[in-house]
Amino acid sequence: MGMTITEKILASHSGLKQVKPGNLVQANVDMALANDITAPLAIKVFEEIGKDRVFDREKIALVPDHFVPNKDIPSARQAKMMREFARRHDIKNYFEVGEMGIEHVILPEKGLVLPGDLVVGADSHTCTYGALGVFATGVGSTDLGVIMATGKVWLKVPPTIRCSFEGRLLPWVGGKDLILYLIGMLGVEGANYRALEFSGHAIKGLSMDSRFTMANMVIECGAKNGIFEADDITMRYLKGRSSREAIVVEDDPDADYERELFIDAGEITPQVAFPHSPDNVKPVHEAKDIALDQVFIGSCTNGRMEDLYQAAKVLKGRTVAKGVRLIVIPGSPMIYSEAIRKGIIETFIKAGATIGPPSCGPCLGGHLGVLAEGERCASTTNRNFIGRMGDPKSEVYLVNPAVAAASAILGRIGSPEEL
Amino acid sequence: MKIEGKVWKFGDNIDTDAIIPARFLNVSDKKLLAMNCFVDLRPDFSRGVGPGDILVGGSNFGCGSSREHAPLAIKESGIGVIVAKSFARIFFRNSFNIGLPILESKEAVDSIGEGDRISVDLTTGEIINMDNRKRYSAQPIPDFMREIIMAGGLVEYVKKMGV
Repeated sequence: MGMTITEKILASHSGLKQVKPGNLVQANVDMALANDITAPLAIKVFEEIGKDRVFDREKIALVPDHFVPNKDIPSARQAKMMREFARRHDIKNYFEVGEMGIEHVILPEKGLVLPGDLVVGADSHTCTYGALGVFATGVGSTDLGVIMATGKVWLKVPPTIRCSFEGRLLPWVGGKDLILYLIGMLGVEGANYRALEFSGHAIKGLSMDSRFTMANMVIECGAKNGIFEADDITMRYLKGRSSREAIVVEDDPDADYERELFIDAGEITPQVAFPHSPDNVKPVHEAKDIALDQVFIGSCTNGRMEDLYQAAKVLKGRTVAKGVRLIVIPGSPMIYSEAIRKGIIETFIKAGATIGPPSCGPCLGGHLGVLAEGERCASTTNRNFIGRMGDPKSEVYLVNPAVAAASAILGRIGSPEEL
Repeated sequence: MKIEGKVWKFGDNIDTDAIIPARFLNVSDKKLLAMNCFVDLRPDFSRGVGPGDILVGGSNFGCGSSREHAPLAIKESGIGVIVAKSFARIFFRNSFNIGLPILESKEAVDSIGEGDRISVDLTTGEIINMDNRKRYSAQPIPDFMREIIMAGGLVEYVKKMGV
């Protein structure tokens, strides 16, 4: 019986020749990740287990990105706890303020996750690395604490839903729109416990940054992981990033899928997820007269170079509508620096945007742009649950970076074509 | 093991931001987390909930982030067990790992109402509505999850297996 990419990676990391959906495996972890919110609990678990050393100081990444630079005294304590643990165990991949960015942006950027790897992180958007042909999934802090001690994780092999996107993308449509469309189609639990595998001509032509965006949001329809087959675009992205060898894994011709979906990507226009669920998706032209107070461009979903380029293309020579606050947060210092070199940051500032330090920013309502009661925000992030970005009576609309930029100029949700 | 208590009923797709908003994640102290459990969705919850009370939810309970603070806040509030139509994957795993029992039963959730007194047998999966004596059976807990519970949570399980 043939296997899917996900099944093959799970098998190879568990010392097995063959696995099937439903099998339980104990897998070796290539990289374990935690952030300033999830690490403190994981560290407590690790210490409770009573092991002197972590399983491998090079296979753990600790990234303070949610509430840093420290937003208040309790956050400062949590960041300090993580910093001291990293020092004590000589964790190689601990990134201090100044070198840190959003965890899911910097791990690929620094070549720490490669095709064929098995990555587990105490953050639900760990699934982002699936864009590189990695099996990557989110867990809680107890799992992560145990992994830091043992290097192993119990996993149930998920059935795979294969999603083929065919056709040519319309202008201003990117990975964000494809994944929002799919989430709208499947619903928020439509892929619960499943692997989503992306294929088709539209996917083969998709940039790495757009693939990261898609893999990032598979959790929004409940998926365990999302995965792309590594190809030339992946290899070009990886060039010079790591001395480790990438292991390209492909589906067997007779691999078994639970379902196969065929989507005409050429029919997909820019999408908007309305409050208060990522599956409440409509085309942008149906989002008329939604006046905005804030627009946020950034996050592990859309804080990469291509995203900033798209937004800058729309904002160049234009200004943000009066009364709208445009916040842009580059996903990493490397992206920030390139955006400065290319003049993109200047375009943003001239348009009236403010730039935040590489971090999660307002995405989860922590700091750097929290919403007040009754306020509305168009955001390139991944969740628009009640109260996600601040007051429970605020509203978040999920969009792609070009639509976010156009909406900031219009003062309401709208597409770049309206400008 | 049997748990009997008053029902706090919730709907579908209760996400982890609703269980514990991120603005309260600057600490990991269980008591502080419990104080803010469901703070926006049901401000009366943290003050009204008693030990052994039972949380009943719809489908996809616990969707969203991987924050273990969500099941921790619920457990520390005194909730003895969650019965829902279905659970989001990471929440399911986290609950077992921290020793918060959870069970799935569509029919029980459909007919049990807010404030009902119910009893849940964790061993057999039998749920009884004490107010009208109606009985329901929950999906059995997967074997490997039961092993973790028997050991007393994932940490104890790992210690027992010898790291």
